[in-house]
Formats: sequence, C-alpha cells, structure tokens
Amino acid sequence: MGKTFSKPEALTDAHTHYCPGCTHGIVHRLVAEVIDELGIRENTVGIAPVGCAVMAYNYFDCDFQEAAHGRAPAMATGIKRVRPDLMAFTYQGDGDLASIGMGEIVHAANRGEKFTTIFINNAIYGMTGGQMAPTTMPGQRATTAPAGRDVEATGMPIRMCELLSTLATPGYISRQTVLKPKYVNKAKKAIKKAFEYQKENRCYSFVEIVSTCPTNWGMTPLDSLKWAEDTLLPYYPLGEFKTPEE
Amino acid sequence: MQKEVMFAGFGGQGILLSAKLLAYAAMEQGAEVMWIPSYGPEMRGGTAYCTVVVSDKLIGSPIIKNPTHLVAMNRPSLEKFAPVVKPDGVVLINSSLIPVRSGRDDVRELIVPANEAAVKLGSVKCANIIAVSAFAAMSKMVDVDILRECVKKEFAKKPKIIPLNMKAFDEGLKIAGM
Amino acid sequence: MAKVLMKGNEAIGEAAIRAGCKNYFAYPITPQSEVAEYLAKRMPEVDGVFLQGESEVAVGYMIFGAAACGERVMTTSSSPGVSLMSEAISYIAGARCPAVFVNIMRGGPGLGGILPSQADYFQATKGGGHGDYRLLVMAPEGVQEAVDMTMKAFDLAEKYRGPVMIMGDGLIGQMMEPVEFPEDFTPTPMNNDDWATSGMATRGTDKRNLVKSLFLDPKQLNDHNLLLKAGYDRMRQEEVRYEGYNTDAEYKLLIVSYGTMSRVCKTAIDTMKEEGLEIGMVRPQTLFPFPEQAIHDAAAKESCSHVVSIELSMGQMVEDVDRCVKGQRPVTWYGECGGDIPTPEEIIDHVKSLLKN
Ligand SMILES: Cc1ncc(C[n+]2csc(CCOP(=O)(O)OP(=O)(O)O)c2C)c(N)n1
Ligand code: SF4
Ligand SMILES: [Mg+2]
Repeated sequence: MGKTFSKPEALTDAHTHYCPGCTHGIVHRLVAEVIDELGIRENTVGIAPVGCAVMAYNYFDCDFQEAAHGRAPAMATGIKRVRPDLMAFTYQGDGDLASIGMGEIVHAANRGEKFTTIFINNAIYGMTGGQMAPTTMPGQRATTAPAGRDVEATGMPIRMCELLSTLATPGYISRQTVLKPKYVNKAKKAIKKAFEYQKENRCYSFVEIVSTCPTNWGMTPLDSLKWAEDTLLPYYPLGEFKTPEE
Repeated sequence: MQKEVMFAGFGGQGILLSAKLLAYAAMEQGAEVMWIPSYGPEMRGGTAYCTVVVSDKLIGSPIIKNPTHLVAMNRPSLEKFAPVVKPDGVVLINSSLIPVRSGRDDVRELIVPANEAAVKLGSVKCANIIAVSAFAAMSKMVDVDILRECVKKEFAKKPKIIPLNMKAFDEGLKIAGM
Repeated sequence: MAKVLMKGNEAIGEAAIRAGCKNYFAYPITPQSEVAEYLAKRMPEVDGVFLQGESEVAVGYMIFGAAACGERVMTTSSSPGVSLMSEAISYIAGARCPAVFVNIMRGGPGLGGILPSQADYFQATKGGGHGDYRLLVMAPEGVQEAVDMTMKAFDLAEKYRGPVMIMGDGLIGQMMEPVEFPEDFTPTPMNNDDWATSGMATRGTDKRNLVKSLFLDPKQLNDHNLLLKAGYDRMRQEEVRYEGYNTDAEYKLLIVSYGTMSRVCKTAIDTMKEEGLEIGMVRPQTLFPFPEQAIHDAAAKESCSHVVSIELSMGQMVEDVDRCVKGQRPVTWYGECGGDIPTPEEIIDHVKSLLKN
C-alpha cells in the first residue's frame, strides 16, 4: 500500500495553490485517478499550460513539461511523434486553448495526434485577474469587459467541443462538468475513455470540463457553482460530441 | 526629510487603499510621494503589503528595506516587518488580530483594535480607515484634516458609505488619543 | 492641471488618449494588464477603440493594419508577449508605419517571473524580430516620465515613420506617483496622405497608396534599407536623451543605469555624497539611440577610474557601455535578474568594493 487510500499515486503531497471553491483541484484528482487506474503513471508526460494550472507539475507525480501560453498541443505533438509509446496529455484553460492557442489545438486535433487534452473552461482568465476569455458569457463582467461582454464587439462565446466536432479526424470529443457530485462520475468516465483511446493508439481525445473561478467571478464558491449551472450549462451542453468508430 | 510607511496585512483588508489614502493626502500637502505595492504570486490569499514614501524632494529608490513606520494589520506582517522598522518609528498593531507586540523598545507602538472597533461601527470593512487615521494622528506624517477630505473624495462615487467611513475616521483619531 | 495620483500602467493609458491615440489593441499579461483594464473603461468614453486580441501575434498585426491606415495606435504588453509581437514589429518597421509599443518588462527567459526586469534590452535595441531595423526606445524612470515619453512617442513614431517602444518594468507599471498631464495639449498627428492606406476617397485622390515590406529586387531592397538607415542615423543625431546625475562633481566612478534601477542608484549616489564620496551617473532616457558620446565623455573625466553598468539583467547594456567607453576605463556589470532589485545599500557596497581594487 504505502500511500494513503484517499490520494491517487499520480498526485504529489503538495498543497495546491488554487482558491477555495476552484474546480481545478477536482479535475486534477480525476485525471490522477485515471492515470492510476490505467497504470500509466511511469509512462505519462503531462504538459502544463500558462494559466492558473501552470504549476500542475507540482501536483501531478509524473513527468511534466511546461509550455508557452497556448502551445501545449504543439509540444504534445512533438512528444507523440518522437515517442509514440509515451502517454501525453495537455491540461489547458480557456484563454490558453481557445484564444492564443486556437491554432495549435485545431491543427493537433485535425491531424489526429494521439494525445489527450483536458480543457478547463471557466469562462474567464483566472491567473491574470479576470480578463475576458473567448468563452466568457454575453453580459458577463470581466476586467477587460467592465460593462459585461458585448457580443456586438467581441462575438459570441466559442464552444470548443462543437467547433472541433466539425473536423473529420478527431476521435473523441466530450464535454463534462464537476459542479455537482452527480456530474463527477461521468466526468471521470469521459477522462478515462480519453486516456484509453490514447493507450490503444486510436485517436485524438478531448474532454472539456465546465469549471468555476469564484475569485474572478466575484462570487462565493457556492454561488459560483449555481451560476455555472444556471448560466454556463445551458450554453455549453454536456455530452459526447464524437466517439471513435467501433 | 523622507519618511516611509509600510502597510501590511491579508489581501482583502484594504491595505492598498489605506496606503493610497495616505499617499493622496501627502500629495495634496505638496509633498513628493510614491506608492509601491507588492505584486506577484504571493498576493493570492497571502500577505499584501504596500509602501508609501513621502518626501520634500524627488524620491529615489522605490526599494525600502527599513521603513520609518509600520502599519501591521495581521500577525505575520508584524512578525515579518517589526524588526526592520527604524528606531523611533510608529508601529501600529491591529490588536483585534494580533495578540503579540513588536518586541522592540525603541519604537512607538500604537495599539488599535481596528476590527472590533469597525464591527461596532457597523462593518469590519472600515477597519482600514480606522487604522490609517489613527496612524496619521500618531505619526503626524500628514495633516488629518486633509486626510479626512481625501477619504471623502475617494468614496465620492459611493456616497452611501461615506458616513460610516467618517465615523471610522473619527474612531481612529480617538484611539490615537486625539 | 492639478497632480493626480496614478499607477504607472493607468497613467500610460491616459497619456495615450491625451496624445490623441484613440486606438488600442492588447492581450492580457502581468504586470501590465492594468493598461488594458484602464483603457477598456476609458476608450468608450472618448469614442475610441478598445479590443482584446486573441493573442499577441494577432495584436501585433491589428496594430500593423491600424497603423497602416495612418491612425495613432498603441499596444502594451510584457516580455513574453513582446516576443510574440516581434514578428509584426519587424513588418511594421519594414513597411514604415508609425506605432507605439510599450513593454512593461518582467523576468525571463521563457515564462520567467512576473517581477521587474530589464532583460529585454537586447530584444528592444538590437532587433527582436528579423531584419535590419531599429526601434526608437525610451526608458522612463518613473510614472511622470512614462507619461511624458508616451505622449512624445506618437510624434516620434510619425516623424520617423516607424515603431517606437517605451521600456518600463513591472515596478513602474505597478507603482503610483503623482502625475501631471499637460494642460491644453492638442495632439498634432502628421498628415499621412502620401503613404497611408486611408482610402483614396478620404484623401481625395486617385493615386493609390501601398503599405508593404516585400522588395524582391535586390537594388530596391538595398535602397529601402538605406532609407531606413537614414532614419536611424537621424535619430542618432536628433533624439538622444539622457540625464547626467552628479556629473558636475569630481566623481571617482561612473554609473550607467536606466529606469527603476537608476532611481535606486540616485539614492545610493546621494548617500555616498553625504559621506564625501562622489559618484556620477549617466541615465540613458533613450536606449536607442544610445547616449554614446555622453557616456564616452563622462568616462573620460580624470577623476573617474571605473565605469559600472547597473541593470536588472545579466549584463546587456554593459556591452553598449563598453563600446562607448572605448577602453578608457574598466567597464563592469552589476545587477540582479531574478526580480529582486538591488537596494541602495547593496549598490554602495558594490561601488566601494570596486574603488578598493
Ligand atoms: C505570450 C503570453 N501572453 C500572455 C501571458 C499571460 N497569461 C498568463 S495566464 C493567461 C490566461 C490564463 O487564462 P486561462 O487559460 O483561461 O486559464 P485559467 O487561469 O482561467 O485557468 C495569460 C493571458 C503569457 N504568460 N504569455
Ligand atoms: S483564480 Fe480562478 S481559476 Fe485560478 S485558482 Fe482561483 S478560482 Fe481557480
Ligand atoms: Mg480560464
């Protein structure tokens, strides 16, 4: 045994720096549990984004690389092309993936690179202090949208699962959340499938997790869960958008 | 003459605002001023600190290792910064959150139960105003009447909370013995 | 106008508006995001343009497109973001468009840190992007100077038809100082009719304008580069700015330092003066063009035995200082590059140790 039963082996003992009520921690845990269950820890390389999860390498106990802002999918491509036997996953926020890194994610997915992306959509730039993200909801306040997001000037929020699903190549695309215990199990199942498809060398896999950022939404953790459920989920519907052909 | 005061406490205690008000008042008095916040990862949920430099001539270094005075709003700040305050400086201790003292006999301690006093007045949020007025009264770094005007101007856009902050201001003066 | 207490980042935003710049594009990055946040509020009030781009790469080209229309335009960023903009800066320089870039530097390389730094000196003054271009680079020492330089930057960008950069550091961006904006200032943008793609109808002509940087013909490209060079040479003649500090004294040692770092040096110099030790300083206000002659002459002073370049980098400007001193005196570097700033006491200790040897 050695390690306590409550903590996955793929997580370190470090205390996370995430704010109270932030869902980054829950998702870390799910990913770590999946890594444990598939027994791939010694073979896995994670790629940290630039965002609040930049220090994910302190929490996951496997090899890790740190990318430039938005470029994790290109680094994962590098890994998988030179070492197809390794498992690679990118863990990216919505600013990182859907704004500055839009080019990298679309092309990696379209080439069907055989890695896994965990996409944390919290509808805001967390780390830099609450600026507008491409996923910010209409009317939602952000420090660079002080009067609320004006869709006339900035367009509607981007739905990454739907967008990537228009591509023919990517195999597994799923949107989940961890806002309530009832969602958490489903989210874990999706993450597990994503890693399994990679393990079987089948396809590119992408799991979006609708998340919270109480700090920059200016809400209590409880209110932020409710707000996410009432506001984000209707616009970002949960479910599987693509699964690989059997 | 150059004087420096370090404001320190938890993020969310209004540290940056107290410091800004003092700088603002000093500027209105015609002094040269500089307001230097700490910024960086340590701010998240941790200690926030901010230095205000007031001088009668152009200010050089923004890096102040030994401030003239300290306003400590929580215990870690007092423990960290009390040892570096220059002799004869004022060390304001928010006794609502700090059960200990500076441990120095060459500084002037000002004990202010800022949180308790603020709660009595109606909101813990005005603890920072109590602290800055008490500090100004004791240190004489700025004229308290000018400082009072600056507080009013700062809250001009939220007139509803001005009366509370004026009460807090007077409470601070009272605690400082003025 | 009365003095107001402002953060450097916000003051830079306000200065741009006062200078007649109604167009701002940016991408968030610490420690300069407050410029964007300030202008997100302010630009709508003056009917200006505020847009958060999807990346600094995109922002660089938003600036290019806007500048090529002959409009005053600015962006602000910090080191990793400026790296991404460097490609566009090269194109903007090549296509000869006026634009203002602000770099509120943080530590590098890579993600580095978010604390103050001056490690982008080479990037700003020696290239950054590809090709034979130069940026006119100004480095303020505080909030007021950041305002003055930002306002001036637009005129200079137009005078030389090229990108101008303001190099601040995290501390200048984050700290508050009293600032005064000039009263009754009327911006005087230059007439861009002869080159900008402002629309033939706007210009009332049927002569079209072309903004580009492609010159496949070697002679044309050579001529184009010579034209750019003529501009850079003129900058060297007309735009060098620096401050001499205690340079009238019989100083034993000369410091060269800029930005936040030079402010700390000033305190150190004042303290040593009180102790009877005279130290001089040349503070470049323009990093390109560099105050070559001033540094050369200041180093030549008979009393001066040593020159030290004090920077928040591993020693970049020191190479230019050395170039200017031309072997007359030993030139060395002192500084930090992790985000901490040397204190006046540390500078004093270092200066004294140099004088002992
Ligand atoms: C090239 C570059 N531009 C900007 C930044 C600043 N930056 C750091 S994190 C971040 C956004 C993070 O937001 P998101 O990806 O949504 O992650 P979150 O913090 O919300 O989890 C930005 C803009 C950077 N580090 N590098
Ligand atoms: S800022 Fe937001 S995303 Fe970042 S740790 Fe805090 S709650 Fe989480
Ligand atoms: Mg985000």
